[in-house]
Amino acid sequence: MDTISMLGLITAALPILAFIIIVAFTKKYRLTSALVSITAVAISFSLSCYMLYQQIIAPGLHSFNIPWMYIGSLELNMGVMINQLTTIMLFVVTLVSMLVQIYSMGYMHDDEGFSKFFSFLSLFTFSMLGIVISNNLMQIYIFWELVGVCSYLLIGFWYTKPEASDAAKKAFIVNRVGDFGFLLGILLLTFRAGTFDFIKVIAFVQSGAIEPGMMTIIALLLFCGAVGKSAQFPLHVWLPDAMEGPTPVSALIHAATMVAAGVFMVARLYAIFSMSQDAMHVIAYIGGFTSIFAATIALVQKDIKRILAFSTLSQLGYMILALGAGGYTAGMFHLTTHAFFKALLFLGAGSVIHAVHTNDIWQTGGLHKKMPITSITMLIATLAIAGIFPLAGFWSKDEILVTLHDSGNTLLYYTAIITAFMTAFYMFRLYIVTFLGEQGHHSEHAHESPLTMTIPLMILAVFSIFAGLVGIPGQEINISKFIFFSESAGSHAESMNMGIAVTSSIVALSGIALAFIVYFFKFIKAESLKKISGPIYTLLENKYYIDEIYMFFIKNVFFVITEALKWFDRNVVDGAVNLVAFLTRWGGNKLRRTTTGSVQTYALVIFSGMIIAIIAFAIYDPEALKLLGRP
Amino acid sequence: MGIAIAQVFNQIPILTIIYMMPLIAVISMFLIPGTNQKAVKVVSLVFSVISFILALMLFFAYDFNKGGMQFVEHHIWAAQLGINYFMGVNGINVVLVLLTGIIITAGILASWDVNNRPKEFFILLLTLTTGVFGVFMTYNLFLFFLFYEIAVLPMYLLIGIWGTGPKEYSAMKLTLYLMVGSALILAGILGIYFASGMHTFDFDVLEKVAFDRNFQIIFFPILFVGFGILAALWPFHTWSPDGHASAPTAVSMLHAGVLMKLGAYGCLVVAVWLLPEGAKFWFPTIAILTLVNIVYGSLAAVAQRDLKFIVAYSSVSHMGIVLLGIASGNSIAFSGAVLQMFSHGIMTGLFFGLVGMTYGRTHTRIITEMRGLAKNMPVLAVFFVLTGLCSLGLPGFSGFVAEITVFLGAFKAFPILAIIAITGIVFTAFYVLRVVQIVFFGPKDPHFDNLKDANKIEITALALLMFFIIAVGVYPFYMMKVIHSSVLPIALKLGGM
Repeated sequence: MDTISMLGLITAALPILAFIIIVAFTKKYRLTSALVSITAVAISFSLSCYMLYQQIIAPGLHSFNIPWMYIGSLELNMGVMINQLTTIMLFVVTLVSMLVQIYSMGYMHDDEGFSKFFSFLSLFTFSMLGIVISNNLMQIYIFWELVGVCSYLLIGFWYTKPEASDAAKKAFIVNRVGDFGFLLGILLLTFRAGTFDFIKVIAFVQSGAIEPGMMTIIALLLFCGAVGKSAQFPLHVWLPDAMEGPTPVSALIHAATMVAAGVFMVARLYAIFSMSQDAMHVIAYIGGFTSIFAATIALVQKDIKRILAFSTLSQLGYMILALGAGGYTAGMFHLTTHAFFKALLFLGAGSVIHAVHTNDIWQTGGLHKKMPITSITMLIATLAIAGIFPLAGFWSKDEILVTLHDSGNTLLYYTAIITAFMTAFYMFRLYIVTFLGEQGHHSEHAHESPLTMTIPLMILAVFSIFAGLVGIPGQEINISKFIFFSESAGSHAESMNMGIAVTSSIVALSGIALAFIVYFFKFIKAESLKKISGPIYTLLENKYYIDEIYMFFIKNVFFVITEALKWFDRNVVDGAVNLVAFLTRWGGNKLRRTTTGSVQTYALVIFSGMIIAIIAFAIYDPEALKLLGRP
Repeated sequence: MGIAIAQVFNQIPILTIIYMMPLIAVISMFLIPGTNQKAVKVVSLVFSVISFILALMLFFAYDFNKGGMQFVEHHIWAAQLGINYFMGVNGINVVLVLLTGIIITAGILASWDVNNRPKEFFILLLTLTTGVFGVFMTYNLFLFFLFYEIAVLPMYLLIGIWGTGPKEYSAMKLTLYLMVGSALILAGILGIYFASGMHTFDFDVLEKVAFDRNFQIIFFPILFVGFGILAALWPFHTWSPDGHASAPTAVSMLHAGVLMKLGAYGCLVVAVWLLPEGAKFWFPTIAILTLVNIVYGSLAAVAQRDLKFIVAYSSVSHMGIVLLGIASGNSIAFSGAVLQMFSHGIMTGLFFGLVGMTYGRTHTRIITEMRGLAKNMPVLAVFFVLTGLCSLGLPGFSGFVAEITVFLGAFKAFPILAIIAITGIVFTAFYVLRVVQIVFFGPKDPHFDNLKDANKIEITALALLMFFIIAVGVYPFYMMKVIHSSVLPIALKLGGM
């Protein structure tokens, strides 16, 4: 066990320690609980910075195992694995966690479950870090499930609200469906490889010991996990509903970190996925479809958090698309930059909601003057997500577009371009309607949020501006030199593809322009757009009725089956038992008649029996009768 | 530490002492006037706690490096018939003895408010416990059967007198059903006794006999079904919902927590270990039945409205995992099965305890008649949610470790069946979260405003149980070592690992 991997263990362990301290001791003291939690994550963050620095100056793999369960030859360990990918992810997770926790001190200030909230956030951070440092399949699954339950607890934090408890349940169950596939994939893989350990499994897979058909099945099953956790179509339905949770939770879990776990997992096991080109294609198409599908929905939503949720879906689709198309670096780069500007967007949205007490963007407006810090930081994030030069989103999006372009898949490339256009449009729609224009009737009493909330916004804004600079091709410090799948794959980002950079900029700017035309200058009335698009608008507003379709199946198929089984169990299986009981009793009742206790009856029965016997013998075996006469 | 305890335990008949504890409590209760309820309860509790602590020490004293049978007590009794006083534990029993100790202690705490004939109630409860301890400790099949009957019979009175709802019907149904199982077991045991030609009921002798294959094929299902009835093997499970629904809290806890395990234990140790050829012949068939248990049980649970029915069907589903592990016939699956016995025993004890406590307050068990209880009873709600999470196989709880191990083993033996079995994790999540949401979440209902949260005694009972599922869930290393040391010989006898 070397220092770096020891530090990795400590980084992950501190938040669970905070959780235990809060639950066991400080629950009653609100401020102490918050401070315990924040201190823990701050130390974790510092350690992550150190490990990141160490990996930059001396890249390498640090790993060790703690025995967790041995069943004969089967070993299950809890381990730590630190390499470049781990440290960048540790950095993102601990940074966003820390900022969100600081922000929560302000946002959740008046909530009666203040301490509980911080304990859950700590538990979440621990689970998430557990995924990141995992060095084997079982461990990643374990922490995968734990972040799932943290998400459940945090979405349902205001459990008295029926929508919140519904959304929590939905999130967990939908994720479970994905996890079912994930678990099968893990079992299949382990069954063949005989170990859970990433490095050993990957070596086994790369030796070509698994036939291609099976490899595709395994890769797709593993991907199911990512479909659930990273909310890809068709399991995306839980994420928009998850917005019922407190906004800091949406920022941390449902935008920056947990939903990126699926992307991270694909990256971590990239060697396995890349063994099957078929699986990679499926991954790319699912990602691409989700990105454009969610972007269209985001065009018409009016709830600020739901717009952001669909935007998250869309951006996660982008990352998955990149990974599927072979863009390992691009996918992880976008994950990183997205974590900053999406967390910022959500926290900014939280700041707005905190001030105006509504999620409906049409009831706000003109907030720029009332909340300048929120407004400016939001603007930075909006520009970043739209992919405007030189903000973070520009570089990572560019990387993805280059990957797609180089892969030669025109369909996916144009999907990504169109999505980029829509992203710029709906994000500026959100920004213009909320911050510019006339004041909505909820905006009157709005005021800027406290410093605990605005400082995290500012820090994230800095990252949203500068985080992309590591993606500038050709320089000394470059993301593609740090995070790469194989030496050869990282090479194409050496020089910038000006054509694509210009195209994507034009696309983004025209999206922004259109948003200004419609929502700011109002040359085109939003209402008339609504009228022209008619049924399409309704379709988008209702999210393509996917939820309704699922509900229909649950009500009309699943519940019918369960009710039928309930009936079957009571009436057929148990009916058989009662039938046996009934027959026994009935038989007993009938036979009871024979036991009258009267000697005459018995004698009569014996006598008639004898007569019958003699007659029977007489008919079938007359010889036997002679025996009767014998002395 | 373990070694020091083992040295002491080897000097004394520790197993006899453990199972005698409840019996001593019973005897001393005859000396206490029935009117002194407090004394009755305290005496029950004290002796249960002693047996629990001794069982815990026994668990740590068991040497898993050595494996096999330890702390043996063997005395000739009726030599001509081969009936001997033969007690001992291996890694399987030692876990189940511990489980029994935990559940009885928690069960007595959960029955603290029994005011109807408490003396008789506790006498029967503890008699039952003696029987269970005995079954898990003896290695003489005659004694095994004797203890088995001691464990099963008090159930009739406990449900018939202290139950709720259609209690006479349920008590009768449950007892008769289990008697059918007993009859099969007796037939099986006698068959083995005579077929062996060894004139002994001692397990270690019988275990070395290679029975004729045809004999095994005929007698294995007799024994397996006989025990399987108690373990709620589909389609012989319907006593369970009715029985549990009518049984008083502690009885449900003991019954689902320990007695059902007794069935599974018999399946593994008596049926499979003694008749391996028969086992191999029947395993595929049984595996399919257990699959029905798992999937059908969890789907049927989705449709239930009564909390106890939900938990009962959930037990059917979870016991299916135990039986699937047994039917998979390798040491990994066996280890998982035994751990699942322990895990499910505690978890279901928690569930029935919680349901009983909730019912005691709301006077209804119909889920749709309750809502928002988390506001009124936060502690009970937290325990319920945690237990639910354990039930749906969340990592960090023992249920996950056990289930994943069974799946790993089952996957080796029957890949397709294992895949279908794993769908159970989705359905389980469905019904567990649905119950939690309906009963505990949602707006506060003024109707339940004056309900009190769990009192100290109840919290102690719940926390005791919760401690073990989390402890084993977080660090399963030790218990798995103990279990694996003793399932290995069974798997080896089946010709595999």
